[in-house]
Amino acid sequence: MSAVPDDSAAPPRVGLFVTCLVDLFRPAVGFATVKLLEDAGCTVEVPEAQTCCGQPAFNSGDRATTTAIARQVIEAFEEFDYVVVPSGSCGGMVSRHYVELFAHDPEWHGRAEALAAKTYELVSFLVDVRGVDAVASRFEGGVTYHDSCSGLRELSIKAQPRKLLESVDGLTLAEMEDAEVCCGFGGTFCVKYPDISNEMVERKVASIEASGAGTVLAGDLGCLMNIAGKLSRKGSPVAARHVAEVLAGMGDAPAIAAGRKG
Amino acid sequence: MDVTSPAFKENAARALDDAQLQRALGNIRHGFVEKRRVAADALPEFEQLRDEAKAIKDHTLAHLDLYLEAFCETVEARGGTVTFAETAYDARRAVLDICREHEAKTVTKAKSMVSEEIELNRYLKKKGIAPVETDLGEYILQIRDEAPSHIIAPAIHLNRDQIEADFRRVHTHLPNERDLAEPATLLGEARTILRQKFLTADVGVTGANFLVAETGSAVIVTNEGNADLTQSLPKVHIVVASIEKVVPTLEDAATLLRVLARSATGQDMSVYTTMATGPRREGDPDGPEAFHVVLVDNGRSGMIGTDFQEMLRCIRCGACMNHCPVYHAVGGHTYGWVYPGPMGSVLTPSLVGVDQAGQLPNASTFCGRCESVCPVRIPLPKLMRHWREDEFARHLQPRAARTGLGAWAFLARRPRAYRMLTGLAARALSLAGGTKGRLSSLPLAGGWTKHRDLPAPAPRTFMADWKARRGA
Repeated sequence: MSAVPDDSAAPPRVGLFVTCLVDLFRPAVGFATVKLLEDAGCTVEVPEAQTCCGQPAFNSGDRATTTAIARQVIEAFEEFDYVVVPSGSCGGMVSRHYVELFAHDPEWHGRAEALAAKTYELVSFLVDVRGVDAVASRFEGGVTYHDSCSGLRELSIKAQPRKLLESVDGLTLAEMEDAEVCCGFGGTFCVKYPDISNEMVERKVASIEASGAGTVLAGDLGCLMNIAGKLSRKGSPVAARHVAEVLAGMGDAPAIAAGRKG
Repeated sequence: MDVTSPAFKENAARALDDAQLQRALGNIRHGFVEKRRVAADALPEFEQLRDEAKAIKDHTLAHLDLYLEAFCETVEARGGTVTFAETAYDARRAVLDICREHEAKTVTKAKSMVSEEIELNRYLKKKGIAPVETDLGEYILQIRDEAPSHIIAPAIHLNRDQIEADFRRVHTHLPNERDLAEPATLLGEARTILRQKFLTADVGVTGANFLVAETGSAVIVTNEGNADLTQSLPKVHIVVASIEKVVPTLEDAATLLRVLARSATGQDMSVYTTMATGPRREGDPDGPEAFHVVLVDNGRSGMIGTDFQEMLRCIRCGACMNHCPVYHAVGGHTYGWVYPGPMGSVLTPSLVGVDQAGQLPNASTFCGRCESVCPVRIPLPKLMRHWREDEFARHLQPRAARTGLGAWAFLARRPRAYRMLTGLAARALSLAGGTKGRLSSLPLAGGWTKHRDLPAPAPRTFMADWKARRGA
């Protein structure tokens, strides 16, 4: 399934599922993703019919809505060779949970399985499927990497981003303590239980600051908005960015929650 | 035990403000996690053992009636008795009846979560029988009149100073100037006091980690040896255990023991693993004259055949709460009943009702760390999500949340309308963020902006920008 890229073959057609958060809050991550995919020899298309993967409904217990959204995603993306998502959380939703949703619907179950089999989170797609082991990018300074929960535990994303980050010129990786512990975002959790979420993100931000890195990276915009929002509220100088931005050489734009003029 | 789970948020706010509790919780965050990791890493077959442990429990649960029957037969064949208790009341009543039959005045107790569930201590006390907890943590809680905050480390929410104060308050027959500055001296004092209780108790009540159908044995693990003294010194031993504790064979119990202590404390084995099988036989040097097992259902049989059957695999190691960042933030009492942490967030709604305990399965980020360490691979986030589905179907969630979700769902299914609205939102939020690139407050987003800024979006969405740049 994870074929080594063959230069003689036609470039794979990748459907980019940009995710609702990237679409609305951080389009730069979408463009960084497109660049990384094109550099890895893919042609990228962005289906118009996409909105969200359905996770907010799924995790609120609304299965009917989730199922309707899942059908919409399957219909929009099943024509592609691959579906790539710059998020472990949304990637896990499509590749792990859609199949569960249609357990009792043979037709859609088959279509969900087929889609799941070709859906990948961005960085694991680059490394595990396209065999990318280095990027041509430059980023001055120390970074620390937060392992977002769904990517780490549902999709086994741990080594892949670190491997590519190591190839970035000028970048040094400083691991934080408890990199694998949740930042407290949790989708609607952070607004349903703001005080508990705050305790969690305070600890996360303390680990980030203790690492000494000037930038924190992660593969999920949800976690990053939570972390960046806390760093900014604290007045911390640490910048937060999606890992794709740094890998794509777009690490000089303003960081998440940072002002446009510095 | 009173259920305060509906007040989860208030409990959490109190816990977050409690500096002493927060210091105590610091010990869990790293100690247990690191010890489990080392123990699991040291055993090459650990992941395979988890699969085997899961399979043993799944098999037993699929044939639970048969194994319970077999267990009863073997217990009775060895001279013991078994009482089935459908409810918590039936269970505590059964214990009381046995105590009365033997004219018991005092009962020693080894640590047992199910006895918390059936409120055994409160009941026995009311009926004129004095229960004495003999696990050090449980003993401390008993003199404080508090509930456990963790299923294997019941007093983990306390620190040494508090315990010293409690001992001085309660053990007034001891000289005031005695030194209690070290954990060892506290332990020594508790040991001296409990030794007398062990020797004079009429009945010993223990829980069980496993019940073995093949032999009629109750397997109990402790690190203090208190269960051994509880079950071998008094004339009567009562095992109170829930129905899902049964396993087919000793071999199965041995497999489960291999994952239990490693997952719980990172030990290869608990210090004491004891099998109690029937009353004292002729020629036995010690042991009770009577051996009773009270099998507690209290709602569990209703879980069989439902989404929540998987929860009955739980072997109460506590790894899920040891690894849970929500538990780390708020501690066990916040969950408001006997079982805290992720396992409690699934089990409590099953046993006391989701209308009471609905907050628990919602108070999770679904980070999945609990499932990743569960020795019997219970999909805890999935089961918590099932509770949310149940709440959604029964309209138990707050109206504002439902309305918000409904509006979002309407748009998410209409890409063109969604596009238009996200386009407007991007422009408005970007404008509101100004050159600072963030918003420190936003109407209807107080849950977010109370503690953190909201990063402002770019003025144009990705979809709009993509269309503009690449045509489409």
